[in-house]
Amino acid sequence: MPIILFRFRDLPIPRTRKAISESIFMRRVCISAAVLFLGLFLLIPLVSIFVEAFRYGLGVYLASFTDKYALAAIRLTLTVTVICVPLNTIFGVAAAWVISKHDFRAKSLLTTLIDLPFAVSPVIAGLLFILIFGAHGYFGPWLDQRNIRIVFALPGIVLATLFITFPFVARELIPIMQAQGREDEYAALTLGASGWRTFWHVTLPNVKWGLFYGVILCNARAMGEFGAVAVVSGNIRGLTSTMPLYIETLYLEYAMVSAFALSSVLALLALVTLILKNLIEWRQAALRGA
Amino acid sequence: MSIQARNITKSFGDFKALDDVSLDVPKGKLVSLLGPSGSGKTTLLRILAGLEFCDPGTGGKVLFRGEDVSDVPAGQRRVGFVFQHYALFKHMTVARNIAFGMKVRKGAVKRSKSRIKKRVRELLELVQMDGFEDRFPSELSGGQRQRVALARALAVDPEVLLLDEPFGALDAKVRKDLRRWLRRFQEQLSLATVFVTHDQEEALELADEVVVMNDGRVEQVGAPQQVYDQPASPFIIEFLGNVNRLIAGLDGVRTEGKGVLYVRPHDVDIERATADDRFYALQARVQHIFSAGNYGRIQLERLSNHEPFEAEISRERLRELKLKPGDVVSVVFRHIRLFPEGRFFEMDVKDRRIVGLEGPPSRADE
Repeated sequence: MPIILFRFRDLPIPRTRKAISESIFMRRVCISAAVLFLGLFLLIPLVSIFVEAFRYGLGVYLASFTDKYALAAIRLTLTVTVICVPLNTIFGVAAAWVISKHDFRAKSLLTTLIDLPFAVSPVIAGLLFILIFGAHGYFGPWLDQRNIRIVFALPGIVLATLFITFPFVARELIPIMQAQGREDEYAALTLGASGWRTFWHVTLPNVKWGLFYGVILCNARAMGEFGAVAVVSGNIRGLTSTMPLYIETLYLEYAMVSAFALSSVLALLALVTLILKNLIEWRQAALRGA
Repeated sequence: MSIQARNITKSFGDFKALDDVSLDVPKGKLVSLLGPSGSGKTTLLRILAGLEFCDPGTGGKVLFRGEDVSDVPAGQRRVGFVFQHYALFKHMTVARNIAFGMKVRKGAVKRSKSRIKKRVRELLELVQMDGFEDRFPSELSGGQRQRVALARALAVDPEVLLLDEPFGALDAKVRKDLRRWLRRFQEQLSLATVFVTHDQEEALELADEVVVMNDGRVEQVGAPQQVYDQPASPFIIEFLGNVNRLIAGLDGVRTEGKGVLYVRPHDVDIERATADDRFYALQARVQHIFSAGNYGRIQLERLSNHEPFEAEISRERLRELKLKPGDVVSVVFRHIRLFPEGRFFEMDVKDRRIVGLEGPPSRADE
């Protein structure tokens, strides 16, 4: 029999220490670093937008929105968003469905293509459309003959925004749908449901929170897109100037308060997006715990 | 309704899941597809359901009631399928889950709302889950979800029930209870049922007929007792139940090379080593004694070549023998099985000589 020199429970055990936590010092350092970073790069800029916007009081703030060009910019942004978000939602859901529920040879190619807009600089994306639809572009003469304007007009802006915001819904849904597998769909099939019914009654409800979040992200990006739209729209004041573009114009003309007033709307949108995201995560955690 | 599968071959890329498999499920019978992981049993079940299709051009067919349904999609085959992890629709209540199959039917077969509700209630009573209509799947235990999945599969009036490892995800006690319940349930409904399992105890206890599969092929088909007592191959005897495997032969039976001898632990008798060298006994040393439970399990090591094997003896016998680890004992086999040259050969041992590494068979017999 081996001789036992001491029993395990006689060893001193620090009272507050758990098996996997860092020391208090490390925890404080990490949290401070995160807070500092967020404060410097997120909070201060966000707050300063509102500070600058209201610098001369509420009256001047509101006056920024009565300018006809500002109103045109807001209208244009909303129009583009209302067209792009539903379209990209449909594309995204379709792409995610095809990728996660089916097997085919071009699957990895499709998945890579979906990520393409993320890899490409937005300015290049805008240039892409100029090269295809511009006056000297590939379809240029063809479009010119039929008097169709794509670049420097609404269709161009819509196309550029569609390209940029395409991945959001798909990328949000693909991992969710892949993790959920196909058993639910197979079950629905054995019960006699058609492909469409299976999709509508089984697949979609299973991903509703992920879909909602993807749509929110797509919406935020559609409203805030600058680079691609700047290239493809020509930034014609009152006609093809979206909110982000008009904010830049105002800023370059030293109309600071107006610039920040319009920015505050976009900043508010960012905050609402964050809050909704947190609500969704909280909701999902609550459902999981049930 | 009877089901038949004929010459089913199915590959996934380079992997051959099924190789020319045929199956017969008579009306009203409970058939078990038994085998280790990767044997192709789940694939076969899914092909029966119409969730997978056999490789084109291989001549495989699935017949329901004699009719070829190989090209009929799952929804039109009238099968009830219960998945291993139930696949209940999480965002629907129990009632809506069960009603799903009834609601998606179109045209003349579709029932009115009140009739659907009535049928849901009937089915819940049948699976002993009345009152659970408005619960969500996340609020149910494993066994309850299982029964809801069964009710949902039955809601479409299937003519055959297919179950994929129905009790795999449940704990031991619930599994035993549900096994008994399923047996009685199936007899009551007299529905042709096929279930897939890797648990041989479950297959032997539940099924009218056991189909043992391995590596994409059917190894043996038969009643549970038959498959257990007369296994057709070494794979089957090793897969079903505990068995000892010894390098040995039997005097008078020609085997390939040294031969492998199979004996079930409960067919092993232990006696105190005696001076006279009986020719049908082996010498072995006791390694370990497990005395908890309703019988004693003795781990032994064969003296001549240190092969380990096990014996199961009654507790009284264990007490009588007063064994200690390290004791040398005489071991007598009451009943053994051999597979000489691909044939199955079994016998009671009493007066035959067990031969092994000590020497080859002295008489060649055919």
